[in-house]
Amino acid sequence: MSDFVNNFWSVYVAGITIVGIVACLVLLIITARKKVVSDGDNTTGHVWDEDLRELNNPMPRWWIWMFVITIVFSLLYLLAYPGLGAYAGKMQWSQVGAYEAEVEKAKAELEPMYARFTAMSTEDVAKDGQAMAIGERLFMNNCAQCHGSDARGGKSFPNLTDADWLHGGAPENIKQTITQGRMSMMPPQAEVVGTAEDVRNLAHYVLSLSNSPHDSLKASLGKSKFTACAACHGMDGKGNTLLGAPNLTDDIWLHGWGEKAIVDIITNGKMNEMPAQDKKLTPAQIDVLTAYVWGLSNKPGTAN
Amino acid sequence: MSSEQKKPQKTIPIKAESQEKTVSFFEAHKKIYPRSISGKFMNWRWAMVWLTQLFFYGLPWLEWGQRQMVLFDLGARRFYLFGYVLYPQDFIYLTGLLIISALALFLFTAVAGRLWCGFACPQTVYSEIFMWIEHKVEGDRSARIRLDQSGWTLEKVWRKTLKQFLWIAIALWTGFTFVGYFVPIRELGGELLALEGGWQIFWVLFYGFATYGNAGYMREQVCKYMCPYARFQSAMFDKDTLVVSYDALRGENRGPRKKEVDYKAQGLGDCIDCKLCVQVCPVGIDIRDGLQYECIGCGLCIDACNNVMDNMHYPRGLIRLTTQNAVSKGWPGSQIWRRIARPRVLIYAAILLGLSAAMVFSMAVREPLKVDVIRDRASLARIAAGGKLENVYRLQVMNATEEAQTYTVTVDGLEGIELVEGREVAVDSAQTRGVAVRVQIPYGTADSGSHPIEFEISAQSGKGHVREKSVFLVPR
Repeated sequence: MSDFVNNFWSVYVAGITIVGIVACLVLLIITARKKVVSDGDNTTGHVWDEDLRELNNPMPRWWIWMFVITIVFSLLYLLAYPGLGAYAGKMQWSQVGAYEAEVEKAKAELEPMYARFTAMSTEDVAKDGQAMAIGERLFMNNCAQCHGSDARGGKSFPNLTDADWLHGGAPENIKQTITQGRMSMMPPQAEVVGTAEDVRNLAHYVLSLSNSPHDSLKASLGKSKFTACAACHGMDGKGNTLLGAPNLTDDIWLHGWGEKAIVDIITNGKMNEMPAQDKKLTPAQIDVLTAYVWGLSNKPGTAN
Repeated sequence: MSSEQKKPQKTIPIKAESQEKTVSFFEAHKKIYPRSISGKFMNWRWAMVWLTQLFFYGLPWLEWGQRQMVLFDLGARRFYLFGYVLYPQDFIYLTGLLIISALALFLFTAVAGRLWCGFACPQTVYSEIFMWIEHKVEGDRSARIRLDQSGWTLEKVWRKTLKQFLWIAIALWTGFTFVGYFVPIRELGGELLALEGGWQIFWVLFYGFATYGNAGYMREQVCKYMCPYARFQSAMFDKDTLVVSYDALRGENRGPRKKEVDYKAQGLGDCIDCKLCVQVCPVGIDIRDGLQYECIGCGLCIDACNNVMDNMHYPRGLIRLTTQNAVSKGWPGSQIWRRIARPRVLIYAAILLGLSAAMVFSMAVREPLKVDVIRDRASLARIAAGGKLENVYRLQVMNATEEAQTYTVTVDGLEGIELVEGREVAVDSAQTRGVAVRVQIPYGTADSGSHPIEFEISAQSGKGHVREKSVFLVPR
């Protein structure tokens, strides 16, 4: 943390680095030759265990130049690249910069391929094998974390392979969802609806809309309370894609099915967010991804 | 340590006239000019040069069906070896091959010293080829020494130029061949001429330069100063290992003599001190000083000495391939042969044989199909229509055959478990495909928690059958 207060650690690291390199050079020089008392028998003067003497078996001289080259290299490297404490280096190289350069390069390389797809209609892109292979990979990297690798979602994560769309299933709706994300909010309604008993009755009415198993007496009691819901879900409970209000009359239960789950939602409300992808993906990538997602529920020959 | 105290004090003999002087631990490299020689070992060396280089230069040109027989396609990460398509997941075979190679090296070393160094190592083989060119262009040892010491005459210029030209040509062809193991060699030539593929050009030049530098200039220095094997091979030696040895009992005292005189009466041994064994040595040592780590065991000094012995009408074998025991105990050849079957050699051979058999067996029964099962991490489980509990998996199906395959996928391990989507997967030749599959069990048939299940994937053509483990999660 002291990085923010003073540059002690930077100087400390740089100092150790420089001292280390200089020490290497000094070591190299002082160990290259030695004054010995010998009688010309080519020994190093090193005697141990009473009478064992070390024969001088010299390395070739080019070997010492390799050491010198590594030292020169290390100095040039530290001058050019970051490494000497906080010094950024003459080349202004950084990991982030290298990453960004690579991304830019990849984008430029892929542009002509994406340009072909951008010129096509979503329906045609969805029929293009190459585009769909790209789309699948984009989906796996960016969408599958929540929607599952088969795109069927899970609790609170919508299934993208059916015909039920919270915000509309037309290509332009899907594109908007991916680009800007979606934020849906169901406000807590318990106070508007009334007592806990009223909420339970309303839950049974909601279940009755899709002919799910329910208590018809409670449902009839709860029907009048549905006005609180109708503003968004509509009088008939079929939802509103402009608001992202789910259709309550089908058998799709994004946040859980049954009396307990519905009571919980009415009482506490629900916030659900699909994050915007425009910062992560290029418009061309979003086009391909739109076609891929659209194609999931618009497969040729599928009943949906 | 009382025993140490009892030791008599010994004086290290430092002569009175010895004086202080500076010794350098580095010295200028002395160029070696090996004299060319003919003989049994030279013939073996040439046989090995031909064998190894026909293999190296020829292999990439052979075809297998519609493709190169041996091709390591690093870009696509597919390694084609005869009929096999290997994936990076088959790396264990490379490990096995390296272990087998290492053990074979140990075995050969224990039996007959540095056979590898003298006859098969690329460093030696290419040095041999480059020296042969040098010999053909610049002449033999004395002619080369004279040429190097002379001024830049016209003759020296053209001889040196021709040598460099031939060296560089061979080096480039070697680099080209090397890269031809990694990209299709038949198209490589055209691509290089059109200056396509920066990395290919780089590696051709790099490998070519390494060949040129190592075989033309570094030569024995690589063995002496860089090669780790040269330093640890002595650990595999024992007194029954065949090594190139000078028979000092027979040879000493060395000295020149007239052919006709009775040299033994003059107190001379069989060595006439002609120094031919030193002149032919590619690493520049004197074998008469005994076994040295620089010796690569090429046996050229044996050839040289035998020729001299023949001329002198002495028996051959003053320098010979023999064991330390045989020299010191005067064993006959049969005894040397018998001592080859000693524990060290037998153990190396047994391990080598066992590993090779395991490797061959493993390759023979290898399934040309690999599957990775990756359970979707994001979703625990979900409830599907019809009162089913559903888990999602992604199967990475790798087709290691060279034809399109359709695979049947089934799953078992839980009561009522079944695959909803992805029962059949079609994968193109030598391709990988990821498919999402959904697995369902009837709700309430399994306790909450993790249950082991197994996927079974089999090719409809019968080429490939794999079982892969995974788990099915049941939430509370």
